Amino acid sequence: MSQPSETQGAWDPSYNFAFLDEQTKRMIRRAILKAVAIPGYQAPFASREMPMPYGWGTGGIQVTAGVIGPDDVLKVIDQGSDDTTNAISIRKFFVRTTGVRTTESTGDASIIQTRHRIPESPLREDQILVYQVPIPEPLRFLEPRETETRQMHALEDYGLMHVKLYEDIARHGHIATSYAYPVKVAGRYVMDPSPTPKFDNPKMDRCPALQLFGAGREKRIYAIPPYTEVKSLDFDDYPFELPTWDAACALCGDTHSFLDEVILDDAGGRMFVCSDTDHCRERRANGHVGPAAAAAPFETMSAAP
Amino acid sequence: MTPAPPPLEAVPIPAGFDDPTLDSQSVFRAVLEAFSRPGRVAFAALPSPPPGPLVSASAAVALTLFDLSTPVFIAPGIATAPVQEFLTFHTGCPLTEQADEAAFAIIDGADAGDLSRFAIGTPEYPDRSATVVIQVQALSADGSIRLRGPGVEHAHKLGVDGLHADFWLARERLGLLFPLGVDVILCAGSSLACLPRTTRAEV
Amino acid sequence: MYVAVKGGEAAIENAHKLLAEERRGDTNVPELSLEQIKQQMSLAVDRVMTEGSLHDPDLAALAIKQARGDLVEAIFLLRAYRTTLPRLWETKPIDTGAMNIRRRISATYKDLPGGQVLGPTFDYTHRLLDFALAAEGGGDASLDADPAEPVVAPRVTELLAGEDLIEEAGAVPDKDAPGDLTREPMEFPADRDLRLQALARGDEGFLLALGYSTQRGYGRTHPFAGEIRMGAVEIEIDIDGIDGPVTIGEITVTECEMVNQFMGSKTEPPKFTRGYGLTFGFCERKAMAMALVDRALRGRDLGEEVDAPCHDEEFVLAHADNVEASGFVQHLKLPHYVDFQSELELVRKMRREIEQGRWSDGEEAHDVAAE
Repeated sequence: MSQPSETQGAWDPSYNFAFLDEQTKRMIRRAILKAVAIPGYQAPFASREMPMPYGWGTGGIQVTAGVIGPDDVLKVIDQGSDDTTNAISIRKFFVRTTGVRTTESTGDASIIQTRHRIPESPLREDQILVYQVPIPEPLRFLEPRETETRQMHALEDYGLMHVKLYEDIARHGHIATSYAYPVKVAGRYVMDPSPTPKFDNPKMDRCPALQLFGAGREKRIYAIPPYTEVKSLDFDDYPFELPTWDAACALCGDTHSFLDEVILDDAGGRMFVCSDTDHCRERRANGHVGPAAAAAPFETMSAAP
Repeated sequence: MTPAPPPLEAVPIPAGFDDPTLDSQSVFRAVLEAFSRPGRVAFAALPSPPPGPLVSASAAVALTLFDLSTPVFIAPGIATAPVQEFLTFHTGCPLTEQADEAAFAIIDGADAGDLSRFAIGTPEYPDRSATVVIQVQALSADGSIRLRGPGVEHAHKLGVDGLHADFWLARERLGLLFPLGVDVILCAGSSLACLPRTTRAEV
Repeated sequence: MYVAVKGGEAAIENAHKLLAEERRGDTNVPELSLEQIKQQMSLAVDRVMTEGSLHDPDLAALAIKQARGDLVEAIFLLRAYRTTLPRLWETKPIDTGAMNIRRRISATYKDLPGGQVLGPTFDYTHRLLDFALAAEGGGDASLDADPAEPVVAPRVTELLAGEDLIEEAGAVPDKDAPGDLTREPMEFPADRDLRLQALARGDEGFLLALGYSTQRGYGRTHPFAGEIRMGAVEIEIDIDGIDGPVTIGEITVTECEMVNQFMGSKTEPPKFTRGYGLTFGFCERKAMAMALVDRALRGRDLGEEVDAPCHDEEFVLAHADNVEASGFVQHLKLPHYVDFQSELELVRKMRREIEQGRWSDGEEAHDVAAE
């Protein structure tokens, strides 16, 4: 439990390195460079049909395939965890098609592909974070038409988004968006951070690592260069707020990480554990102990404190 | 379609990458790093020298990013027959004499006082803009130019020899049109540094 | 103690084994051969080739076998394979006017040059389960007469064009070659070449429903089935140094040309317009639905009132692809517990605030309770 697992696979030579043909990689690479040059802008790219379904991370996979080299160390997470089935499946795909080393340790990875979370530990300059994106357009649920939303971005006309957020406040007393919370990148483009919880939004701001976003079905790539301002949209009198938990992680005792709720029985028993499994492992390896870690076996656990 | 074979009587075309797949990946990462951290000098080269006046870094960038779908403008001073043959043979890129049609351009630093002739994209598609490879005499990481903007924590220092005196002003003017603009890759020998359109320079 | 769920890798491998076992079924029953699928499930093969955008009956049969008969899954398999293939050549446009016709129907003329050729159609079968087929060797298919030689005949729309009663067939606009949405992301508004490509790849069921909706008044286009033809066409390429095109093979296609009314405009006299459908193999229902939707999508260009779902190019084209749709609908079964957790927190917080508001305001609590 204390050591992050690492694997070194073998590249199956019946596939081109990183699966994609070279022309496709060049096309993706050109789109990535333009995306970096225009932070937060959704650059169209000729997304390919990948051997996994749309919605399973085909955009992130294509971005990773465009970037990855034999010296990279890859980490793949879904919901913050390395051991969710789709994270395993994507990791296996890259092991088979590149032979790269993989890791569960955030600190050891040079490329981290993620769905729905940003790792808890701060990222470094020598790391790239690749997000899997289902709907890249932050305005899509306000205006379904691409022809319209493209125009709004061109004119920097984000009034609709502000109206929506303001209506939330009027109706609920809050901005009722808890994930995929819109941000403004480098003071220009409003961007969808992918369905990460808004808890993770501050991690994107002035992050030393390059952040790349791939939406396969919607055929868009976008990026946040390192050290770029990423501001969660809010109002002076209703500033952006982070969610908090009353609980600590049952395993490592952390009170600052994003916690998943685990249902223990059908009588309301539940506990909370870190969503970032590597973060939790590392804390436990460093001697942090949560209320459930040393206590009763799972079967007799009741509600978290 | 496969690129045309070299004419029989010509001097052999210099080789490209040893391993096109892995070498172009490594050059791409160098370029991506340089784009992500404007002004940081990165290394990119081919195993053997390209035909002059093309420098190794420009040639490596070309073989990594150019192909059938990218019209390329080569400035007259650089567009010698061997350079044209080298690029079309290795990348299959169509060459164009219309600067504003080019996805990529290769020009000399002395010729870089005017950037307005290149495509800057449209308000809806600012990515449909040129990436301009500018060959200069030398690049250094401790020059007098201070770069700020996305990708830069505080300020990056850069030294460039061999750029037209009006280059920085031309960039600044284009900067007013953001998100429209062109992105620049400065190449000297085997080193390169990038100036995406967001980078602000104090010269 | 509580241990987070592990062992996903073993679970995936076991799932794959179970899938293989289910696919094979009872091993006492002989395994399906690709040849059997190709010969006896040929319409499934044709649909998979059409929506898979790849003409290869062997691979389509393999995909159907591997997908356990799930055609959308088979289409996905074929697409994922297709995307890895190099482009060696571009063929010349096929000439369906030179088709060796096996079926040819016009609803607009009683008789016409080349005649009506019924061909292998379900149209006049009585849909009675044929229990003879259930018996071993019960499917005797010998013809009463020798099959007619394939016919070559001019297209109906060419007959109409001779009288200038129908619009031009349309050309590829302002471009050297038709666009390809698998190489360039689609942009809206899309040109007709890309629209037709998207419709040809589009889900038969989706196009069928949309085409049907135009008939029921949601964007009526007054269609006549000018012609439906199915048969073999030659595939030709140009080769440098060789005069004239070189034939590299032959494929079967189904083409539908709908002839639609157009009342004319200030600048145009009344004439007939076209809706076009084309598929690999024999996919008649798809070709007809495609032609209806193609014509509906042209409403804007023709200056017609556009207000129905079938007129909405972005709506139609963005949702026609079943590989995209199937993936995104089904991705909802992937874990979303992080987002759900965020929503849980938000909903709990909002409810807490409402409850606190009620406790502090007896009047409101009373009102709520009285409702």
